[in-house]
Amino acid sequence: MLRYTIQRMGLGFLICLVAMTVLFSVVFVIPGDPAAIALGPRATPEMKELLRQRMGLDQPLFMQLFYFISKSLTGDLGVDVWSGRPISTIVGEALGFTLALIAAGLGWAVLFGVPLGYLSAVRRGSLFDRISGVLSIAMIAIPAFVVAIYSLLTFAVWLRWLPALGAGEPGNFSDQLVHLVLPAFAIGLGWVGYLSRLVRASVLEVLAENHVRTARAFGMPERIVVTQYVLRSAILPVITLLGLAIGSMLSNAVFAEIVFNRPGVGKLAFDAAMARNYPIVMGTTLVTVTLFIFANILADLLVATVDPRVRSRL
Amino acid sequence: MATAAPARRWRGVSDVVRRIARDPMGLLGLVLVALFLLVGLGADWLAPFDPIKVGVARPLSPPSWLHPLGTDQLGRDLFSRVIVGSRIALAVAGASILVAVSLGVTMGLAAGYGPRWLDNATLLVFDVVYSFPMVMFGLAIVTLTGPGLWVVVMVVVAALVPSYGRIMRTATLSLKNNEFIMAERSMGARTPRILLRHILPNAIGPVFILASMDIPAAIAFEAGLTFLGIGLRPPAPSWGRILNEGYVFIQQTPWIIIAGGIPLVLATLGFTFLGEALRDTLDPKLRRRR
Repeated sequence: MLRYTIQRMGLGFLICLVAMTVLFSVVFVIPGDPAAIALGPRATPEMKELLRQRMGLDQPLFMQLFYFISKSLTGDLGVDVWSGRPISTIVGEALGFTLALIAAGLGWAVLFGVPLGYLSAVRRGSLFDRISGVLSIAMIAIPAFVVAIYSLLTFAVWLRWLPALGAGEPGNFSDQLVHLVLPAFAIGLGWVGYLSRLVRASVLEVLAENHVRTARAFGMPERIVVTQYVLRSAILPVITLLGLAIGSMLSNAVFAEIVFNRPGVGKLAFDAAMARNYPIVMGTTLVTVTLFIFANILADLLVATVDPRVRSRL
Repeated sequence: MATAAPARRWRGVSDVVRRIARDPMGLLGLVLVALFLLVGLGADWLAPFDPIKVGVARPLSPPSWLHPLGTDQLGRDLFSRVIVGSRIALAVAGASILVAVSLGVTMGLAAGYGPRWLDNATLLVFDVVYSFPMVMFGLAIVTLTGPGLWVVVMVVVAALVPSYGRIMRTATLSLKNNEFIMAERSMGARTPRILLRHILPNAIGPVFILASMDIPAAIAFEAGLTFLGIGLRPPAPSWGRILNEGYVFIQQTPWIIIAGGIPLVLATLGFTFLGEALRDTLDPKLRRRR
């Protein structure tokens, strides 16, 4: 288990390192001077030169990469050339909002998707199963940003049940919670469908296994068979996919944050991209990549902890 | 004898279509996809107005007989824009998936057939690309290049290449040590011939199935990135562009976003339903379990 943990962490670390190099070298592969891009067409050569120095672009390429990686590893993503604030602070402030959004989206996906899939599996072939199957596939198919726009239109503009924009008053918890409902709904809906399909398939698989038949043959109550023997192993694929879910929700959070004008990493990166502020875009991307990689590792380790079969294979 | 094979293949296709149409979900998917393809291919004849012509009617006028979906803030006919938008969605999704398949297949073949270090390096590249949240990746590119078609293509390619490459690599690895490949090699066949004539045709099938199921995702990427303003540039009447412009007027004139979103939902639903039905029909293992 320890060796496995170290292996996975090592690989994750390597991927982070390569991702940093990629993000860094994209600047040089794609034509254009970052300083000139950030300053716009009317900048004088002196202004460009000054900014190039402040961004460290006058150093040799290899040294730039080395500085960038070694500083990133200590959590220093550089300083925003416009506001003068450390990028890690700016990203950190936004990250809290995005993590709350993802947690809420994930929460509602698990809370609805897992029971839906389970009920479909035990009533396999019934009308309920067929309807939930079609609904689940529809939820997977519809792009999250369309869900975001349409739920904004329906619940905030037409029905006026929920607030449309922002993240709520700072410090007012219930207000923030209310502002979380629609964005979380939008980014979680696809995963409700996905998890329901997944749980249905894995419950069906486990139900057909020998140990379930044996438990039933011993006269064990169905309730105990299901909770102790079926759900426990049927839930494992869900845990494996949680890391993946966080990744796709990070992407969809960009849409949700823009549609609902909500602060967060996605909105930050989007605004920075529009202002051609590459260091901030690079910082946010780096933070989300790291988050995604380690969420996946965490999910794998969690599965290994819960599932003795996986552990024995390590 | 030579004519018998295509005839049999056609019977196989029509058999599959009939089996899909028996399932209501598959039938719905089939109808929606056929509609989408027809509208997309015939967009120039079907659109009643020029989709980018400004001021064919009063700006932001509600749906009427002449303009069934109303007009946008520049007085352009939304119905025509939606119709031409389907051709854009079709072309962009098709082109970017084609690029992704070619790149993924090439990389997978090279990784599976090439030396060990190349294999490891390619896998690492796949892992890295895979770990980028795709919209973030798009934002990173757009910061440096500005919006455009190729941002969409790059994002779709980055999103899809790792899975195609991995499948291709696994298939190549398992084929590489087969006896018929060894026989071919011992007869003096060179690597390109082995790869293109023997491994590629045997390994590419699953990639095509996967690619066809990724069409809705590619359509959604195009619309989504264009909605954010980092995809196709205006005035191209992409569905994402219509949604982007409608979003500004969401309070006053909801029909713009309804016009831009419904076709997008129908297209992605259609392809997904069809893909599911196709998989259920073609995969005998699944068919038995249902």
